[in-house]
Formats: sequence, structure tokens, C-alpha cells
Amino acid sequence: MSTSSKEHQQYLKKQRKEKIIIIIFQLIILVFFLALWEIAARLGLINTFLSSSPSLVVKTIGTLFVENDLLTHIGITIYETVIGFAISSILGLLVATLMWWNKRLAKIIDPYLTVLNSLPKVALGPLIIIWVGASINSIVFMSLLICVFVSIINIYNDFKQTDNSYLTLLKSFNASKKQLYFKVILPSNVKNIINNLKINISMTFIGL
Amino acid sequence: MSNKFLTISHLKKNYQTQKDEIEALKDINLEVKEGSFISIVGPSGCGKSTLLSILANLESKSGGSVVFNKKNVVIGYMLQKDCLFPWLTILDNCLLGLKIKGTLNKESKDYVLHLLKTYGLEDFIYHYPSSLSGGMRQRVALIRTLAIKPDILLLDEPFSALDAMTRVALSDDVYKMIKLENKTAIMVTHDISEAVSLSDQVVVFTKRPAVIKKIYDIELTGRSTPTQNRKCKEFNYYYDMIWRDLDVHI
Repeated sequence: MSTSSKEHQQYLKKQRKEKIIIIIFQLIILVFFLALWEIAARLGLINTFLSSSPSLVVKTIGTLFVENDLLTHIGITIYETVIGFAISSILGLLVATLMWWNKRLAKIIDPYLTVLNSLPKVALGPLIIIWVGASINSIVFMSLLICVFVSIINIYNDFKQTDNSYLTLLKSFNASKKQLYFKVILPSNVKNIINNLKINISMTFIGL
Repeated sequence: MSNKFLTISHLKKNYQTQKDEIEALKDINLEVKEGSFISIVGPSGCGKSTLLSILANLESKSGGSVVFNKKNVVIGYMLQKDCLFPWLTILDNCLLGLKIKGTLNKESKDYVLHLLKTYGLEDFIYHYPSSLSGGMRQRVALIRTLAIKPDILLLDEPFSALDAMTRVALSDDVYKMIKLENKTAIMVTHDISEAVSLSDQVVVFTKRPAVIKKIYDIELTGRSTPTQNRKCKEFNYYYDMIWRDLDVHI
């Protein structure tokens, strides 16, 4: 691979060029949007009380940083996100595993999962504050509520869709259920679980 | 060579569904001699694969008996798909059965390495399955099956996922591997020429509910490898007979 031909080098060069062009266009769009926003605000075309303007946003961030300790608040938000994300991911994987392990359990709790998942959780906000208290806990609890059911349902569905021939193969070696789980179900779904984690991160933010 | 290895008598299998009961196997009687290679052909959906699943203990039977001439028979089961795990190297894929059975040790690992070397896969043991061709992957799958030192091999359309050329070449390889390791084998196939060229016996199933329509003892003058066997003068005779038995209508 180290002795690449001229053709290969040209190919790499072309790829690099393509990447740069994409980034340039992305930047142009961003700058154009910000400029348009600023100009519209200055000319009074839009109401700055409602939609602000880029220069005002920067100014506000500056004052918040100096007077109100913006970093601490960012820190707390990150902390809440991580906790909510971690708990709902682990819980999701755990419950999905139990459901895969025991098909009967899965069938029993299936309708309840659907109902819980379709609850308007944000509307439950005030109740959660009363139950858990107006602290970090209620925020974490809220993001947990939003993520965990989706996680369970998604991961369980991925588990169910695992290629049956892999399982047949292991069964022909007289594999135990535990071996089926650790040798096939879990490793073949690593990608799906990671995808689910990605979705969880953004869902956790809604909870905050 | 001629002792009985497996006796199947009055084997029956029904599948239960919400709506009704499907009779897959009606009454199967078959004797398998040690070291022999038997092929089962029949119309699609006739229950050929069901028989293998029952022999491999993957499905229960509805009646009849399956008796092996020895206790704790080790069964090697090979599926149509190679089922190599993409997240494991070739070596780890081959060791999978040993790990599951808890019989992985220096000796069994050496045996696997020996098989990989013998069948030309030595250079790929640390590669992942995605970098191998279809024929190579199927050879790895066979080595994974042989690794557990099975007393009998059950092959469920082992070549049908391959292109025509690889198929013929690989059937030679597989035949050699099975004969060299001196295994008894039962293969399900829908390719008549494959069945005739590889087997000592070809068993023809009727359509569902299956019974055995006919058993052919394949006697070829100058029998050697499957590819060569296709040139034997009796080959076409058997091919035609089996074709007529199958009575294919489209």
C-alpha cells in the first residue's frame, strides 16, 4: 500500500479536493445565513425581540460568561445529559435482554411498553417536579422517561431480527441460551446498539 | 465400511400451525452405513431439510425412531449459508464449535490449524470472512464443522449458494475432505448431478408428506472424484432415472 501508483495518488488527490469543496460550500451557506439574519435585523425587517440577531447572541453569551458563570451551567447540563443517557441506555439493553431471554415476558409487557412510550412525557413535567423534586434528579428522570422505552423497543426488535441461521448453527453445536446471547445476539447487534446510543443522546437533550 | 451406523424407522414429522397440521414426513425408513455418502433429493418443500434438522436434534420428531449405533454421537451440521461470523477471524470462526462445546484445547486447536493448512487457507487465518471468496468461505464452514470431529456430517444444500463453476470445483474439495477424514455424510440437494457424482447412495423423496420413493445404489465404473464421476458411462442412466422419479412439472 505504501508503494502507491500515480493513478492511486491522483485518486486520493481527487478525494481530498472533493472533501474541501464540500466544506467550503457548507461554510458559505453558514456565513450567508448569518449575514442575511444580521442584515434583516439591522434593517428592521424582523423583530429582534423575537428572533434576536447574530451580534446580539454573541454579546449575550459574552455577558453570561462574565456575570453568570456560563461554564458551570454548561457543566451541569453535560452532567445531566451523561447521567440520563447512561441510565437509559443500560436500562434499555437490560430490559431488551430480559425480553429476548423470556419470550413470554416480552409478550406480556409489549402493550404496556407501547402505552408508556406514547405518553406525552413533556406534559408530565410539572408532575415529575412534584414527585421527584425540583432538582437535577427530576431533569434526569425526565430524559430517562423519554429515552428508555424507545431504547427497549428498538434494541429488542434488533435482537429479534438477528439472522436465524447464526442461531441454528450454534444450536447444532448444542449451545446454551447464554452462549447464544453472548456469541451471537450481542456481537451481531453491536452496530444497532451504538446507533441506538446515538439516538439516545439527542433524545436526552429533549428531556433537558 | 459395511456396519450399520444409523437406523431411521417410521420417522414422522408434523408441523403445527394455528390453522392446521402440516404433515412433512410421513414414514421414513433408512439405514446408513458407516463411512458412506448419502444424498437425498426430492421436490422442493418435501421435507428433506426437516429430516436433517431432526437428525441434528434441532427439531423434535412426531413419531418413529432414530437410532445411532453408538452413544454420544457427535453431529456436524452444515447449512446452505456459510454462516461465518463477520466479527470473527477465520481461525476464530473455525474454533467456534470447539468453544461452544468446551473442548477447545491445544490438541483440538492444532487439528483445526492442520485442516486450514491442508485445505489451503493457512494464509487467511487472521483475515475476516469478508475478504474471502464464496468458495473459500464454504471451505472454512466445512472446517468449522469438521473441527468438532463429528461422527456424521449433515449437509443441507451446502453448495447451492455458489456459482456453477465454484460449485463443481468445491464439491471435489469437500468430497476429498470428507473421504480423507473418513466421515459418514448425509447431503440434501436438489441438484441431481451433484447427488449422483458424490454419493454412494441416492435417496429419492416423494412430495409432501414425504416417504422414500426409491433408493439408488450408485455404481460407477472407474469411480474417482465427483468431477471425474460425471464422465462415467452410468452417470446419465442414474440422472435420467432420478429425473423421472422426481416427476417435475412446472
